[in-house]
Amino acid sequence: MYDKGAVIAGLAVFVVFFSFPFWYNTGSAAYKQPQPELPKNSKQCVESKEWMRAEHMQLLNTWRDDVVREGMHEYTSTANGQVFNKSLVKTCMKCHDSKEKFCDKCHTTMDVNPYCWDCHVAPKEAK
Amino acid sequence: MKNTRRKFLKVAGLAVLGWSMRPASRLMAAHGAQSAEGLFMASKHGAPKHGEGLHAGRWIMLIDTNKLTPAIEQKCINACHTNHNVPDIETKQNIKWIWAEPLHNVFPEQMHENIPGGTERTTLVLCNHCTNPPCVRVCPTKATFQREDGIVMMDFHRCIGCRYCMAACPYGSRSFNFMDPRPHIKDAIPEFPTRTKGVVEKCEFCSERLAEGKLPYCVEVSEGAMMFGDLEDPESEVRKVLASRYSIRRKPELGTEPGVYYLI
Amino acid sequence: MLEKVLKGNKVYWGWLAILLALMAVGAVCYGKQLVNGLTITGMSRDVSWGFYIAQFTFLVGVAASAVMMVIPKYLHDYKAYGKILIFGEFNAVAMVCLCLMFIIADLGSPQRLMNIIIHPTPNSMLFWDMIVLNGYLLINIFVGWITLQAYRKEVAPPQWIKFFIYLSIPWAVSIHTVTAFLYCGLPGRGYWMDAILASRFLASAFAAGPAFLIILLYIVKATTSFDPGKEALKSLGKTIAYAMSINLFLVLCEVFTVNYSNIPSHLHHWHYLFFGDGVLVPWMWTSMSMCFVGVLILIVPSNRESDNMLIFGCLFVFIGAWIDKGLGMIGGGFVPNALMEITEYVPTQLELGVALGIYAAGFLILTMLTKIAVGVKLEVGE
Repeated sequence: MYDKGAVIAGLAVFVVFFSFPFWYNTGSAAYKQPQPELPKNSKQCVESKEWMRAEHMQLLNTWRDDVVREGMHEYTSTANGQVFNKSLVKTCMKCHDSKEKFCDKCHTTMDVNPYCWDCHVAPKEAK
Repeated sequence: MKNTRRKFLKVAGLAVLGWSMRPASRLMAAHGAQSAEGLFMASKHGAPKHGEGLHAGRWIMLIDTNKLTPAIEQKCINACHTNHNVPDIETKQNIKWIWAEPLHNVFPEQMHENIPGGTERTTLVLCNHCTNPPCVRVCPTKATFQREDGIVMMDFHRCIGCRYCMAACPYGSRSFNFMDPRPHIKDAIPEFPTRTKGVVEKCEFCSERLAEGKLPYCVEVSEGAMMFGDLEDPESEVRKVLASRYSIRRKPELGTEPGVYYLI
Repeated sequence: MLEKVLKGNKVYWGWLAILLALMAVGAVCYGKQLVNGLTITGMSRDVSWGFYIAQFTFLVGVAASAVMMVIPKYLHDYKAYGKILIFGEFNAVAMVCLCLMFIIADLGSPQRLMNIIIHPTPNSMLFWDMIVLNGYLLINIFVGWITLQAYRKEVAPPQWIKFFIYLSIPWAVSIHTVTAFLYCGLPGRGYWMDAILASRFLASAFAAGPAFLIILLYIVKATTSFDPGKEALKSLGKTIAYAMSINLFLVLCEVFTVNYSNIPSHLHHWHYLFFGDGVLVPWMWTSMSMCFVGVLILIVPSNRESDNMLIFGCLFVFIGAWIDKGLGMIGGGFVPNALMEITEYVPTQLELGVALGIYAAGFLILTMLTKIAVGVKLEVGE
């Protein structure tokens, strides 16, 4: 084999980089499912809890384009036929009134940074 | 046998091409009844047609230059800027949705110094919501677009901040977020989003208020100096005023057909 | 052929080190811009495009000018350009890269750059600029590489490459035309609203581009044993003289139209650029006189015989055209603004730092491509 040293060194560097997430996180606390605080003043979201957990980003994306670009403001729930105003702040955050205790719970654990709150104003946190 | 298969494939290929034309052409320029966004060309977008909001064929605004006083102007500006979270920046990188400007700046081609009150008198300027908006024509991402009721909208989620629309606007109605606006907003109103650094913004004729059945903020506090209504409705208040008083628009020679009329 | 990049003398490596250092400076400045936004620039609500877009406009021209050698070589079989054509093509590659970097540097939200492709909008001239610039980049990489490779193997280039060579001629015209259309189609910007803007852009580009190339080739000649051939340089000098004369003629056409018609919305910009007390006034006079002197030098055949005079003429033309397009064209278009108010624009140090870094990156590409071309030429033995 030509350039044995260089090839093996290169492979070693590759393996170290590739396994970075594993050895970097060894010893840190085990994953615990985040527990976002559910609203007290209402029982039912616009769709079922399971669906929302998986699809809320797509839903918000669609709502955004519908409202901003097409002027369509009404959303009819497929769960119970109820009609909602398509609005993050005026609908979602009216029930989920704390960003810290709801949105951030999962987003922090998952280390995702949606840019919603660069523009949209989160409700004031109760101290 | 060989020949017929060949022939069949040719015809089938052509047919597929033909069938694909219709949906493709529809995608390229979707507008009218089907108000979805065209794949290629900027097209008119849907405006709410039902529900509790206010609807119009073509929204226009009238500004009575004689009724406006500096105090009223300031009230209009404050009402708009506070409720739309417009940041208060002192430098030349400032942001304005509606502001007061001397008449000789507003109508550089149409003023002379001997008009009553002189040309230093101010009036309000804002986005003209043109019928032929140059900003919409130049936007490379359709981030700024025109609704069927004439309102020129901004999609802050899509704007890439190229500022081509600012170069294209012949009225200087657009502002760019050179910096993060948040530190320059005293108390952000939660009902309306702020913007983020790197996007362009402007007046949207209070489309969010129209959807709730309310008139724009500036019109509401203008003490009758501003009016808002449907140009296409012959019975509307604005049509009656336009028919009875002399009005001008900014830079009519450019063919943009502004939706803001100034009563003289 | 890439291996040529890895072998060089101390001057070569020193130059690359300087460029890398400047790129690092640019990266730091751009980092600040990413964090703080375009507020670190001198741009404002009224002058919303500045140094970045102006550099892009100027460099598109330098890129397009490769066609000034492609036409004589391939349409008129002018042999003298055969030896140096590759430098024109590789120069175009580096210049288009510079253009693209300047556009990206100018974006307020570069993270959304791909929106131009995700939401294609052919009614925007910027969409077409993206198409023609990237197309021109690919054509020149392709043609340059294939012809150089054939040259190295001492065989004739494949016949089909002719198609791309001929395609590059109208394509070169298109990149600068579309760039002019960015400006001249805007209502209410009197300085740009001008049907001859595209032709003026092309004329000044066909002067500034070859001028840059002549200087580049003299540098190559001084630092390597490659001789581009006096005949070719002289001919390029002739092209510059004609192109710049046409440009000055077109400028005079505009001056007449604007002044004799006396329409304020057009006149104010010229007044601001040449007679007011704006920051650009001394620059614009310098620009015009340098272009004029450059033409005077290059139009005399005996001056083109002398290396020194040729270099001087080229420097004058290049700097003159750079000030005109790289400073005046954008500043003059935005001042006075739509409300006839004057807001001055001066680029900030950070802005210039970003631009410096981008230029260094472009010159890095140019240096390495030139190194490849020279290496192959010397290897085959010219």
